[in-house]
Amino acid sequence: MKQFIIFVKKEFYHIFRDRKSLLIIFLMPIVQIILFGFALTNEIKNSNIAVLDNAGDESSRAIIRRLDASRYFNVVQIIHAQPEIEPAFKTGNIRMVVVFQPGFRHSLLHTNHAQIQLIADASDPNTATAITNYASSIIGDYQQELYGLTAIPFMIQPEIRMLYNPQLKGTYNFVPGVMAMILILIAAMMTSVAIVREKELNTMEVLLVSPLKPLLFIISKAIPYIFLSLVNVVTILIVSYTILDVPINGNLFLLIAESLLFIITAVALGLMISTFTKTQQEAQMISLMVLLLPTLLLGGFMFPIESMPLPLQIVSNIVPSKWYFLIVKDVMIKGLGFSQVWKESLVLLGMSVFLLAISFKKFKIRLS
Amino acid sequence: MKKLLVLLEKEFRQVFRNPAILRMVLIMPVIQLIVFPFAANYEVKNVLLSVVDHDHSSYSQKFINKISGSGYFKLTDLSPSYNKAMESIESGEADLIIEIPAGFEKTLVKENKSNMLIAVNAVNGTKANLGGAYAANIIRDFNKEIQMEWIQFPKLNSQPTIEVTSSNWYNPTMNYKLFMVPAILVTLLTMIGSLMAALNIVHEKEVGTIEQINVSPITKWQFILGKLIPFWIMGLVTLTLGLIVSWVFYSIIPVGSIALIYLFGMAFLFTLLGVGLLVSTYAETQTQATFVSFFVMMLFMLLGGLYTPIESMPEWAKWITKINPVAYFIEVMRMIVLKGSGFSDIRADFFSVLGLGIVFNSWAVINYRKRS
Repeated sequence: MKQFIIFVKKEFYHIFRDRKSLLIIFLMPIVQIILFGFALTNEIKNSNIAVLDNAGDESSRAIIRRLDASRYFNVVQIIHAQPEIEPAFKTGNIRMVVVFQPGFRHSLLHTNHAQIQLIADASDPNTATAITNYASSIIGDYQQELYGLTAIPFMIQPEIRMLYNPQLKGTYNFVPGVMAMILILIAAMMTSVAIVREKELNTMEVLLVSPLKPLLFIISKAIPYIFLSLVNVVTILIVSYTILDVPINGNLFLLIAESLLFIITAVALGLMISTFTKTQQEAQMISLMVLLLPTLLLGGFMFPIESMPLPLQIVSNIVPSKWYFLIVKDVMIKGLGFSQVWKESLVLLGMSVFLLAISFKKFKIRLS
Repeated sequence: MKKLLVLLEKEFRQVFRNPAILRMVLIMPVIQLIVFPFAANYEVKNVLLSVVDHDHSSYSQKFINKISGSGYFKLTDLSPSYNKAMESIESGEADLIIEIPAGFEKTLVKENKSNMLIAVNAVNGTKANLGGAYAANIIRDFNKEIQMEWIQFPKLNSQPTIEVTSSNWYNPTMNYKLFMVPAILVTLLTMIGSLMAALNIVHEKEVGTIEQINVSPITKWQFILGKLIPFWIMGLVTLTLGLIVSWVFYSIIPVGSIALIYLFGMAFLFTLLGVGLLVSTYAETQTQATFVSFFVMMLFMLLGGLYTPIESMPEWAKWITKINPVAYFIEVMRMIVLKGSGFSDIRADFFSVLGLGIVFNSWAVINYRKRS
């Protein structure tokens, strides 16, 4: 036991004496959370647009003013002729061109019918759809006002209620996602690199001839990273709670316990990688390929899993971050209890046991 | 010049004798470019729908048929009550609830007005936004059908109507992959380039071979260039592979000039590798280098306009994107591939990236010291 504690201490020294890495370990999650919280939003606003106003009358100008005043659009360019549209798109600054027919107001008032053409840059289909809809509804409002406020018969009024996240904040989705990402990075990658480092620098030999059992040796390697990861969980929770106003609706202890479970899964992954690799570079590349990218792509927080083709949906089930992400979302945002997340927890537990079993079996006591 | 050539020979030998690096440059991007665009998909479809129908009238039935046949929604259950439907939301079996109140048809016909409740699980913002909009759209359509049934619209409108027509340029089929593949190619280049460059000098430091270089007559410029050029060439190889994959698998042929893509790619790689080398000159161990380059990479990619539109970011974040080579290349790549922009359209971006490259590389040269 005493030897074990000495080993754990040694690992802590390793980490605490590398000031630069330590600083990054603590700073990275905070910067990411803040970035995600403030800079990244899926909402589409402030799109730059251009207008080709062939009419130049009261109505067309009123509509342009309205578009410009809305939070969705900035009118940045006035185009004078049809052939100028193409070059305007090609320089890349505008997302849409609004074209008014000549004599817009005249035909609107006299024939009761006028046309506006919206030309969207559909390289990004989602943005194109959204801004076309926004513009149509702004134009629709203007038209409604021209009508006067006559009631339209047989109206169905849909009332839309946004559950759990009324302001549609991206952070509710990103905070659990960043937690999964950071934990994978620190718990899994750092553990694998720390063990492989001993191999690469040939200090493994010394450790293997020590009287400490291999099992305890591995545990002593993992403990500091488990500890650091927990500190990160707490930091992320504090930052997102205080600065970003993300609520913690469920039980805090349950959340931390589940995080610990996921950290253990991640450490187990790291151990497994370390048994397969020989150099730090290799370990890092594999961590990047099989841990970080799948977390980012198949974890469900960047891209909706339901929209993926079936094979990818199936593959996503073996990504531990997916399950952790589900748990955190349920517990933290929806405020559900253990009875609703026990299945996901069981999956994580099963994965940890499986991975640990493999890595203990593969862990070589002998050198080459 | 001769010294530089010798140095280049050494670097190339090292690369070719390291199968891990070759694998990373040649095979990985191909596999990723084949898999990623399927995963990185913001198209929202198959929203799971739970309907609570208190009315059980012909209208409510018609509506349910309409919405489940729309293609956007997948009707998972008809719940007897709102609370039951909420349980489906909590367990993740539904994303969206539509509640049709009792007497829906009757009040609509008698009082000219009726309600319908759409409740969306808004934890995933994009999905909630689009899902809610789709539902509202379908309700609007449905409403129009009913109005048509009851009112005979006069042939000539008695009230002024503005007809809004819309057209989608550059991607008329609204193919999301056309938008994502060029950008994903850029992120792959970013990951490979910055990680390789960052680890390289540190590796020499950690293994101790940098001592030999420090005592040789090689100048700082030659050293940095010797590191830069091989990775630069490998980056261009990756870019070529990527363009081939997007042609073979996604039939994407750039509308604009391919030479222009390479020209910009060269400037981009120069800048990106400069950042990597800069990190490398600061870090002492490979662990540190990995950490810092992961951090920088993450910032570059998240603020690069791939995941969320740059226009929607706050001012300070937009300023950061001005020193982000990835943001420039993603934008330019999309412009050339989809719209066929020419050099005059991207001139400003090109010189910005080149300028950034000169700054980062000079910084790396200055910061690399031959003394320990």
